[in-house]
This record gives sequence, structure tokens and C-alpha cells, in this order.
Amino acid sequence: MKRQWGMVIDLDRCTGCEACVAACHAENNIATVGDDQAAKGRTMHWIRVERYWEGEFPDVRLRYQPVFCQQCADAPCESVCPVYATYHNPEGLNAQVYNRCVGTRYCGNACPYNVRFFNFFNPVWDKPLNLQFNPDVSVRSVGIMEKCTFCIQRIKTAEIKALAEKRELKDGEFNPACVQSCPANAMVFGDLDDPQSEVARLAQSNRATKLLEGVGTEPNVICLRSVS
Amino acid sequence: MPVPSVEQLNEDILRPLVRTSWRYYLAVGILGSIVLAAVAAFLHQVYSGIGVSGLNEPVFWGFYITNFVFWIGISHAGTLISAILRLTHAEWRRPVTRCAEAITVFALMIGAAFPIIHLGRPYLFFWLLPYPSERGIWPNFHSPLIWDAFAITTYLTGSTIFLYLPTIPDFALLRDKAKGWRRRLYRPLSLGWTGTPRQWHRLEMAMRIMAVVILPVAVSVHTIVSWDFAMPPVPMWHSTAFGPYFVAGAIFSGIAALIIAMAFLRKAFHLEEYLTPFHFDKLGKLLLLMSLIWAYFIVAERLTIWYGNDSPEMAVYWSSSQGRFTHLFWFMVFCNLLVPFSILSIKRFRTITGTVIASTTVVIGMWIERFLIIVPSLERKYLPYTWGSYRPSWVEITITAGTFAAMALLYMLFSKFVPIISIWEMKLGMRQEANSPQPIPVETRLPQIVAETNFPASGS
Repeated sequence: MKRQWGMVIDLDRCTGCEACVAACHAENNIATVGDDQAAKGRTMHWIRVERYWEGEFPDVRLRYQPVFCQQCADAPCESVCPVYATYHNPEGLNAQVYNRCVGTRYCGNACPYNVRFFNFFNPVWDKPLNLQFNPDVSVRSVGIMEKCTFCIQRIKTAEIKALAEKRELKDGEFNPACVQSCPANAMVFGDLDDPQSEVARLAQSNRATKLLEGVGTEPNVICLRSVS
Repeated sequence: MPVPSVEQLNEDILRPLVRTSWRYYLAVGILGSIVLAAVAAFLHQVYSGIGVSGLNEPVFWGFYITNFVFWIGISHAGTLISAILRLTHAEWRRPVTRCAEAITVFALMIGAAFPIIHLGRPYLFFWLLPYPSERGIWPNFHSPLIWDAFAITTYLTGSTIFLYLPTIPDFALLRDKAKGWRRRLYRPLSLGWTGTPRQWHRLEMAMRIMAVVILPVAVSVHTIVSWDFAMPPVPMWHSTAFGPYFVAGAIFSGIAALIIAMAFLRKAFHLEEYLTPFHFDKLGKLLLLMSLIWAYFIVAERLTIWYGNDSPEMAVYWSSSQGRFTHLFWFMVFCNLLVPFSILSIKRFRTITGTVIASTTVVIGMWIERFLIIVPSLERKYLPYTWGSYRPSWVEITITAGTFAAMALLYMLFSKFVPIISIWEMKLGMRQEANSPQPIPVETRLPQIVAETNFPASGS
């Protein structure tokens, strides 16, 4: 069955708590690079919450914008990769094949959202963090790119389970770690091609926008944002 | 002054091959150590991870890709200039072509190393080449980096042939003159050349074909290098003008490199009678023309962006004209336009010293230009939250210094094994002058004669 995984983020609900960032790190075995590397601008957060201030002091308003791989339908990162380490999978995801990556970092340059992260060194986990790996996710080595996968390991687990039980995948049956952990319920994940799904319904909202839509990347992440 | 005899010509041009001063060994030692330091820095990077460079998120490309574009640009000196001069039968080319073509080959070798040096996993570079693998995976032919791989290997092959072909008769001469290990070296290189009319005819045909073929290859190479930047939607990279802009910049920096190399050879090997002020004057004029074309592109590029006032592009625009890179930007304009223009547009200053000064600033300026194309755009890419800054590390600086040393070293070694001026082409030129219907003033030597008669001198 053809699917188009997508996500809706209600920016009016986002409180900027960054629970999604922590959940993502734990779920996807993302390395913490340490303070000196972070100071060099080499932090790896597959999802980050950007903060933007609107208005003039004292009448300012803080806006949060969670940014992660937008799983673009027309992704600039895919066409520039010389070795097909990143490609469009049949379910509409920008898949990243870690073992194929040679580290040209061209995809990172081409990405308008700067959501691709590079392993400048071999990642290390201080004890006891080395005991908390998610066994479903491979650990990446030095010299390769990584990015948000929409928790593809959870997608695959759910699909295999549904297949084994000879049934269709239900909407909302599983969620990526960020969606699962969002206390404000600001994020909704699902199949955009299924008109019955909640994510497809929310995507029709008149508050729907897409990040950097003008660049023409056709993101599959939709932001709901009231215009004040 | 009499026209140099054939013996004199042989003696002058072959002298550097047999006589080596202590200064040469000293220079080789110094340059060799710099190259070794660069190799050590690279191995350190492979061992520790590319994190030892100053690269970061979002500036994924820095000094390495700057060097890549710069050296591929320098490589446009030789083949392009030599091919154009051959095709137009410019007689004054004769002493210039060999040293120009050698620049191409060496600069390309250095430039082509950088896409590998900058890889996160350099030991897997061969995945960029199309080879039959058991996994049935081909490289992605949509990627400009794959176009690069094809363009550069084509150009390197073509320009190596273009350098080698007219060297064959000279290798044969060396084989006949030399003894011992030299004879053993030059015998296979001369490919059994005996100078029969058939061989001459074939060489001439091959050179004519190569000169025509290499021109579109050279233009395409730097166009494709520019497309590395022009293809993805990055502010101030995504420009239709980049192809011709890069080709013009490449020829510009290439001529400058050629002038410096010629001046160096002239002094070091006492070739004052062959590489004359006349050549520097001609090349100086060409450099002036390219400087103006370069300035035209800069104005066209930046004026349209400023007028269009697209906010992501303006962030990059202001970063280079008023922000962090202001000094570098105006220094580049000083190097690439003000210095060459003020020196080369005045006939009195278009001397050897004058052209060398202008060329030096142009080489520096063009390196900065490549840097200013790459880094400011990556630092200011769309979402302001992710803006970053880049500062090179000692590893990148060492490797960059190593490339300049490697260029000089390769060039010096080359000049010890191959006559840096094409002997047979000089002789051919002399014979054509001797057979020329116009009387040639006896007191002038070959290059000056050429200055008078210009092209086509043979009239055949």
C-alpha cells in the first residue's frame, strides 16, 4: 500500500519544552558531542526548537519553531548525493543509508533547513550512557551524515506487526519519539495520503503553512500557525 | 646578436636537465618538507576524523573546497591558452606552450585530490566512480559531484595527452643525446620516434585534433565545478551566471599562474633569450582583459542580487559587503581589479616585474574569491537560528600550504626531466623564419622576430 508519512505541528500549542529533543536523542542513539565541540557548532539534534522573537520591546512575543527533517517530496539533498546514500523511499521518506555515505557533506549544504548532521568524530558515550542504546537503531561512525528518519524503526516494527496479524495499519497506532513525548500534543504523525487520518485532516486547516515553502522543496511537515 | 644556432638552442634548453645547483636541492628540500607536513596533517585527519578541521554545522565546506576550485581554476592556464594559441597559429606561443601545459597537469592533480581529502571517509572515494559492483549500485548521475568526477578525469587524461604528444620528439632527442639511466628513461618515453615524415604527419594531426577537443573539455570542467554550487538552492550559490563566471575566473587565475611560472623559469634556468618581455607584455594584456571580465561578472552578479532584494540572498550579500567578510571582499577587489588594472593598463608598467606583481595579487585575490563564494553562503543559509561561522584549523592551513609547495615541487622536478621549452617547436619556428619570403633582420633573435612578423609567420 502506498503511503506518504507526514507530520503536523501546531505551533500555537508548542511550549518550547524540548521534550521532543530529549526523546529523540534517547530513541535514535544520537551522540552528545560535548561542550567544546558544541561551541564549535557541531551539536547534533535531529530535532531542535528554534526561538524567534516577534515585535519590539516591551511588546515582544516568543515563538517556537521545532525544526527537523521535513522529508521533502522534492528534496535538494537527494539529488546532490553522489553515492545514493540519501534517497526517496517508497513511503515518501528521505531515507539515509549510513553505510553508503562517504561524507561529501553536499546534502548538508543543499538542505535549506540545516537539519543534516555530520559525525566529525567517532561518537563516544560516557558511562553509564553506553548502556542505554536503543537496539533497533544503528550507531553511526565518524565521517557520515545522519538526520531525522521519522523513527523509521518504529514505522517498520508497526508495519511488520500489522502484516503478521494480517490487518491494515491503524492511524495513530504508533508514533515517532518526538510525537509520543510532546506534553502539549502539538505534534501529530500519520499517513498524509489517507484522507481519514488525523494528520491529513489537520493538514487541511486554514492555519497550515510549510517552512520555507518558497524554496520549493515540498515539505511533508506542516506547521499550524495563526497569523496575528 | 646572431640568431641562436641549433647547438646553442639545445645547449640552453637542455642545460637545466643536466646541471643542478645546490640552490635547487635546497628548494626541493624546503618544498618537500612542507609537502610532507601536509601529508602528515592529512593522515592525522584520516586517523582522528575530519573534526580536526574547522568545518562545522552549517559550514560543511571550507578551505578544502576552496582549494579544489582554486587549483582546478589554475589548471585552465595551460591547456586553454596553449590550445588557443596553437589554433590561431600565434608564433609567439612556441616557448610558452610547454610550461603552460605542465601547469595544467600538475594543478589538476592537486585540485583533484581535494574532493578526496575533504571526504568524511576518504578511503571510500571510489564509490563515486562507476564500476561494476556485486551490489549493483551505480553512482548517482544526478549529482554534480559525479559530473565533476567525469569532467576532471576527462580533463586530466586529455591534458596529459596534450602535454605528452609534443614532448615525444624532444624525448627522442634526449634519448639520442643521453647516456646511462637517462637513456633508459627516455627510450620508452619517446615511443620509438625516429622523425620520419609519417611520424611528423601523425603528430601534427594528433596535435590539431587534441587542440580542438581540449577546448570544450576545459570550458566544461570549470562550468561543472561551478554547478557544484549553482545547482542546490543555497543563497548566492544558486545562480545561472556561475558557469561563465567560474570559467572566466579560472582563465584569469590561470594566466596569472603562468606568468609567475614563466618569470621563475626565466630567472632560474637563464632562459632570458626565450621568454622575453614581449611574452610578458602579451600575457599581461590578456590578464588585463580577464581582470575586466572578472569585474564585469562581479558587478553583474551582485547588482542583480542587491536590486532583487530577496531576504536570504541579502543576508549573504551583507555578510560579505558590510559584515564579517568586508575586509576580505575589498581586499579581493584590490587584488583582482585595482592592482592589475593600474599596472597592466599602462604600457610602461607592463614589464616583467609589473606583470609578475599583478599576477601575484591576482592569484591571492582569486583564492580569496573562491573562499568568498563558498563560505559566506553556508554561514547565512535561510533560517537565522542556524547561522554559523567558520574558522580554518591548523590542519586545513597546513594542507593548503602544502598544495602550493606541491605545485612548485612538481614543477621543479618536471623541469629536471623534461625540456621546459619545446625544442623541436622552437627549431621549426626558426626554420619557418629562415624560409620566410620577407628578409629577417639578422640582429634580432627569434622571439623578437616573432614580435615583428606576428602570426601567421610561415605564410604557408
